[in-house]
Formats: sequence, structure tokens, C-alpha cells
Amino acid sequence: MLGRVSRRGILATGAATLAAPALAPGAHAQGSAARIGLILPLTGPFASTGRQVEAAVRLYLRQNGESFGGRRVELLVRDDTGTAPEVTRRLAQELVVREKVRALAGFGLTPLAFAAAPVATEAKVPMVVMAAATSAIVQRSPYILRTSFTLPQVTAPIAEWALKDGIRNAATLVTDFAPGLDAERVFKERFTAGGGQIPLELRTPLRNPDYAPFLQRVRDAKPQALFIFVPSGEGAAVMKQFAERGLPEAGVRLIGTGDVVDDDILNDMGRPALGAVTSHHYSAAHDSAENKAYVAAFTAAHPNMRPNFMSVGGWDGMHLIAEGLKATNGAGEGEALLNAMKGRSWTSPRGPVTIDANTRDIVQDVYIRRVEERGGQFWNIEFDRLPQVRDPGT
Amino acid sequence: MRLALEAGFWLLALASYWLLPDQLPLLSQIAIGALFVLSLDLLVGYAGVLTLGHAAFFGLGAYAAGILAQQGWGEPLSGLLLAAVLSALLGLLTAPLVLRGGDLPALMVTLGLSLMLGEAANKLPGLTGGADGLLGVEIWPIFGLFRFDLYGHTAFFYSLAVLFLLFLLARLITAAPFGLALRGIRGNARRMPALGTPVRARLVAVYALAAAYAGVAGALLAQTTQFVSLDVLSFQRSAEGLLMLVLGGLGALYGAMIGAAAFTFAHHVLSEMSPLFWQFWIGLALVALALAGRGGLLGLGAAALRRWRA
Repeated sequence: MLGRVSRRGILATGAATLAAPALAPGAHAQGSAARIGLILPLTGPFASTGRQVEAAVRLYLRQNGESFGGRRVELLVRDDTGTAPEVTRRLAQELVVREKVRALAGFGLTPLAFAAAPVATEAKVPMVVMAAATSAIVQRSPYILRTSFTLPQVTAPIAEWALKDGIRNAATLVTDFAPGLDAERVFKERFTAGGGQIPLELRTPLRNPDYAPFLQRVRDAKPQALFIFVPSGEGAAVMKQFAERGLPEAGVRLIGTGDVVDDDILNDMGRPALGAVTSHHYSAAHDSAENKAYVAAFTAAHPNMRPNFMSVGGWDGMHLIAEGLKATNGAGEGEALLNAMKGRSWTSPRGPVTIDANTRDIVQDVYIRRVEERGGQFWNIEFDRLPQVRDPGT
Repeated sequence: MRLALEAGFWLLALASYWLLPDQLPLLSQIAIGALFVLSLDLLVGYAGVLTLGHAAFFGLGAYAAGILAQQGWGEPLSGLLLAAVLSALLGLLTAPLVLRGGDLPALMVTLGLSLMLGEAANKLPGLTGGADGLLGVEIWPIFGLFRFDLYGHTAFFYSLAVLFLLFLLARLITAAPFGLALRGIRGNARRMPALGTPVRARLVAVYALAAAYAGVAGALLAQTTQFVSLDVLSFQRSAEGLLMLVLGGLGALYGAMIGAAAFTFAHHVLSEMSPLFWQFWIGLALVALALAGRGGLLGLGAAALRRWRA
């Protein structure tokens, strides 16, 4: 083996010399398209996240002409199946090395974003996290920007609201991975600091969860409310068991982050979801001109889908990249593109947002909403707003 | 003729570095997958022991190498060694359980063991990082010289070299009386004692050997991606390994490697062409191949070769 390699070594040197120009990063021909690598879970248990984000990104490009700062954007979409972080990492590596993308984007779940972060750092390519929501993600690489939300950011408001509404005794049910633990920790801190009690803390597995036994335990404990966080797409299964185990009859109110009453599947949940109060950064029912136009365009392109909070992360992520390209006259890449994206503010369908120049994390309004029936459909109707909430940090 | 084909196979594997210079991460993944399927082949193809939980050893190896590096010892070769030793130990420990009954009990026991290990990894976030994956894995340069780079040059040669050396070893082993005894056991386990073969001892030995191989493959994945997630222990990995083995050709070392390469490559190309529906095309290809030829891709190739000669 060694002998063969060393004899081949001569050839290797020759071939490497030939290959070197092709491999050198940043060898963009003038006028070529700016490639954006979009890595999402498009199959598997978290496919709804990928579908929503991809639909929104494509919608943005269709509506805004695909060229920014004189540079056409070319989208390269890859499926990482949602549960295989090493695939996410390999795809990120390939997109950077082979396709020479200007920016990486997408990232459906926290472990996937964690796995890709070192690639962004080493390749000096901006990485726009459009979905994953663990607080610590932006610290994993100085090239990460986030246009989704963080769990602590949207959890603190619901804890405060529950206390204000007279709830003193609440159980928690979260998915057992980083965002769930973020949510559990922040809810517990805020709720107990305000005099609330938490008699029961439950964690469900990320893969193949069965919610029935957990919710049975909640029913037996009979708290005033149950705080829930589950990843986008899981809400329907939780809600079904919530109703079947008779928790509403037992007087247990459902509160949580907006993930559980995901707009994408809220209509399928139907009546059991009515009255659930959650805090989140986006509702398809948000009352603004920008949002009305967004929802109309989205549903026109996808008649069977309603845009959810994942889609708006994709929309704003694409907007951020487009603005970065415009600000650098289409030439921006690496550090320059990153700096052009930091500190931007705009009015998103969800309301006013800012990408903090120092933390690279999103600052946005968080709303308290209640599930109501309007015109035969179920919506998260916003009734309170906390302006410009930052991630309270880890 | 046979030697020429073998040399051609390895030269092609080496030449893929220049043929597909942009695909190095994928090529490393193929080499790692090939090592895993090679390990399955030793167990399933040669000895005839069925398993649905081979990912247990792959995962143990991955976590062993990953945690060793995370705790501050990032030397890659010692990581491989640790993974091999731990996986072989787990193999020795669990072999009596697996080899106790017939085929169906073996399937259930291996499946059960891998599920248990997966759940244990999920429930020990302090050690494994749980569902978030093992972060902070830093691997030192190989021999202090070759750094693991973004383009995957080092990872490619490292994975291919390990695969080649372990393949040579497997070839020696399967050609030795030990390997012949395994084939005999697969053929008719009851008659082997009459030839003086201690059936049980041979099976335990090959089980531990296959476990060590799978552990090394897992360690390679952990080191080249510098990340370990629960996925390494998943049932899907065990099942895909079997698929690749059947696809390539059972009971032949080259079949194992060809199957891994063909499956991973098809997976990659199809999922790039249609990110939403690639699983359908993979399924279609598998059914077509199963109907078209016995002995997998290797069987098809051999048949084509015979026809060409005749």
C-alpha cells in the first residue's frame, strides 16, 4: 500500500497542480450567478419544516426578481432528512467546496445547525439559520446569522402571561433536545420567580415519541396548565392525545410556545386546540399589510398550505441574503457579505425585525395569541405584544 | 485475470481522488460505508449469522472515538484502536445472547441490543450529547502531519487506507482455514463438529471480529466528520448496511464494497436530482435489481464477464 502511494505520489503532485485552481475558494468568474446552498429536511419526520422554508424562499425569489445588486441568485436545494447531522455537514462541505456557494442557509433542527457550524467557520461562508432555535447556535460560529427565533425569546413571555392570568401551578412537557431544554429552563426560571409552582417536568424523546403516557401523567397530576414545546410538525399528535386523555375536561389549560399550534397543521387539530394560549413571533393571522400580502401570495402558490413560523424564517433569511448582495453590489462574499448582513432592520410579515450586529441573532416582537375559530378555520389570534424582544441568553 | 481485476478495483478507488476531486467527502463516506458492509459480510455473508442491529457496534465505535477526542486526546489512530477494542468486547459479551437460538431469535436479539444502546446514548446527554449530538470533537493531524481539511483530502486518503488494510486482513482471514470453517458452518452447522470444528467458538470469534470492524468504521465517521449524533446507532443504518450487502453480493468481500459504493452514489445522485422523491427511485432500483439478478451487482458483473468470454 505504502509503496503504491509513493509511486503514485509523483502523479499526485502533477494532478494536484492541475486541480489547484479549480479548488481555490473564491474563484468566481465575474458576472456568474451567486449560488446559495439551502439545506433542509425535505423527507423524514421534519419534512414540513423543509417544505415551508423552501416554499417561502422560492416565493421571495419569484416576487423580487431573482437578481440583487446586479447578481442573479441561483438556489441549490439539498435534503438532509432531518435526523442525520453528519449528512448536513457533508452537504454543507460539498456546497462550499464544489458549488462554491456564497452563503449556506436553511438548517431545520438544532443538531443539524451545530454539525454544519464548523464548515461555515473554516470556509468563511455566512450561514443563515432559518429554522433551528436553540439559543446557543449563533455562538457556534462567527459566520452564523439567524432569522428564525430562539426558544428563550418566545418562552419568557408566556411564563409572564400565565402568572398575570392567575395560573400558579403548571406542568411542563418538552422534547428532549437542546431547544426543548432551553424552553423548559426558561419557563421554570420565570414562572417560579413569579411565585408559580411546577409539580411535574416531562421530557419526550425527539424520535418516534408517543405522547399518550406522558399526558396521562399530566392528567393524574391535574395542574392548572400544561406548558408544551415540541418541534414544528409534532403539534397535531400532541393535541390529539391532549384531547383523548381528557385533559380539557380535567381543567388543564394548554399553554406553550407557538410551535405546538403550528399554523401549518392547526386546521387539522381542530376543536381540541381552541383556547390554547401561546407566545410566538409569527401567526398567519398577524394583522398587517405586509403579512396579508405574504399570506395571499403564499397560498396562491401553494393552495393546500398555510405559511407558518418556519416559512417566515425562510422568507426573512432570503431577504437578508438579498439585502447583503445589494449592499455589496452583488460582489459580496465571505466576511464582506457577512458584515453587509449584520445589523439590518426591516419590516417582515411578522412585524419589525433586526439582526443584532453583535450577537447576529434576531430581535423581534413576540405576541401572545389564542386559538380561535374564524370563518370555519382555526387561527392564532394575537391579543398582546412585547416589542423588540432579544434572546435572553443561556 | 482475477488479480488484474482486483488491482483495477483498488486503482479505480484511488483514482477517484482525481476523477471526482469535488466529491471527496462523499468518497470518504463511501469508504466508511464499505468498511461497515465488509464487517456485515463477514458475519452475514460468510458465517450466516443474521443481524438487524449491527449499527450498535458502529455507534459504539463512533462514540468511543468521538468522546476520546472530545476529552482532549485527538490522536486518530489511537481512537480507531480504542473503538476496535471496545466494539470487540461488546461483541464478545453479546455473542452468547445472539448465538443462542436460530435465525429469528438472532434478528430479535441484535435489534433489541441496538435499540437499547441507542436509547442509552439518548438518555446520557452528559456523555454523548443526547439528541443534540457530540460537540467539540477535535481530531489532531494524522502522524502530526496531515490535518483534516475542509476539502476532505486527508479524510479521503485516511478512510481509503484504513479500508484497504482491513480489507487485506479480511481477505487473509477468509482464505485461511478459519474462513473456510465459517463457510462450512453456514452450509451445515451440524456436520461441522464432525470435521473437528468448534462451531460455537468460531462464531463467537467472527462475531467479535465483525464488531471490531464496524467499530473502526464508526470511529472513521466520527473522526472525519468531527461530529457524532444518535444517528450512528439508528436502525436505519443497520438496515441500509444489509441493503448494500445484498445489492453488492452476499458472501464476497468485493460485493460488499461495490454494494456500498453503488448505494451511496445512487442515493447521492438521486437525492440531488429530486430532493423530495429520491426515496421512490431508490426503492424502484432495488426492486429492479432484485428481479434482474441473483448475487447482486457482483453476480451481474460475473455473469456479464462469462458471457463476454464465451
